[in-house]
Amino acid sequence: MRPIDLQAVQGELDRRLGLLVYLHLETTTGSYTALGPEKKPPVIVFVRNARITYQRGVVTGSGPYRVGLKLEGGWVYAEGLTDFEVSERDELLLAGLDPEGQLTVALQVSETPFREA
Amino acid sequence: MAEPVPFVPSDERALLVVLPHPDDETFSTGGTLAACHDAGVPTVYLCTTYGDMGRRMGRPAFAHRESLRDVRQRELAEACAVLGTEVRFLGLRDKCVEFEDPADIAGRIRAVIDEVRPSTVVTFYPGHAVHPDHDATGWFTQLAVRGLPAGERPRLLAVAVGDLKTNIAALGEADVVSDIAATSDRKVEALKAHRSQTEAMFLRWDADQEQAFQERLLKGERFYLLDPDLVTAYERSRT
Repeated sequence: MRPIDLQAVQGELDRRLGLLVYLHLETTTGSYTALGPEKKPPVIVFVRNARITYQRGVVTGSGPYRVGLKLEGGWVYAEGLTDFEVSERDELLLAGLDPEGQLTVALQVSETPFREA
Repeated sequence: MAEPVPFVPSDERALLVVLPHPDDETFSTGGTLAACHDAGVPTVYLCTTYGDMGRRMGRPAFAHRESLRDVRQRELAEACAVLGTEVRFLGLRDKCVEFEDPADIAGRIRAVIDEVRPSTVVTFYPGHAVHPDHDATGWFTQLAVRGLPAGERPRLLAVAVGDLKTNIAALGEADVVSDIAATSDRKVEALKAHRSQTEAMFLRWDADQEQAFQERLLKGERFYLLDPDLVTAYERSRT
């Protein structure tokens, strides 16, 4: 992945406007936070291969960045995005990576389903 | 409390390790796997997921959510080449093991036990393994062994994860300890093969606060004898 280029990401969001796309949305603290000094329970959420269509999609912020996808009857939102890549399978991958290289948040859309185990 | 007995590789016919993620085998049993290999004992790692939902992407990140599965599969192949272990996958979705049907997954683990005919099976201790995938994989493996006729059951060893004092308070001292002095170099090499997951750890390797962790990792591998018929608190919480 490489650091988010607003123009490039906006172009990729626009390219998928009005299409039925597969969504991967995720945030994670990691599974081992309870072993850390603060003994916090982990908080992890993901949705994989939900199908959405967005009428408006915007990337904004001064880094880390936010993305909002406006749906027919709702929203998809992510904050803390730092890096992006368009994969070989033409998936738009956006992620927040911390200084340790760990993923903190991900928002991904693709016209084909994300690979399942 | 009885003294722990040593793990003796030459006493084994075959060793089957059943854990959920690529790298669990090296962290928990890497030295033991290599010692079995040295003694001519075949070892199989049945990895129940591809670790595809892991958070670590390398340091600096070189993987992403969609490439992580292939990255970790390659890393596991490399690590297990170092340890002399055959790798198999169950193909479950990382983080979702506990939501699978216990009888179904136990049946699939049982099929591997029937084929490998291990004298010992190693898994995580259900309810004492920190990560939900660990606990569930341990329980499903325990159910698989429970399904075997009494005379055909392999010895079942369980790994507790996390704070040592907490584990000892809950479960007592380990029953079986595997001395890995002769194989700890290969364990480190296998850990390094899991680059996406361990790169950050090795950057901190020489820091003082990591010494206790390293000692635990490299000194000996500790196992509890798990009675296949024991209904653990974890199992009660699930049924």
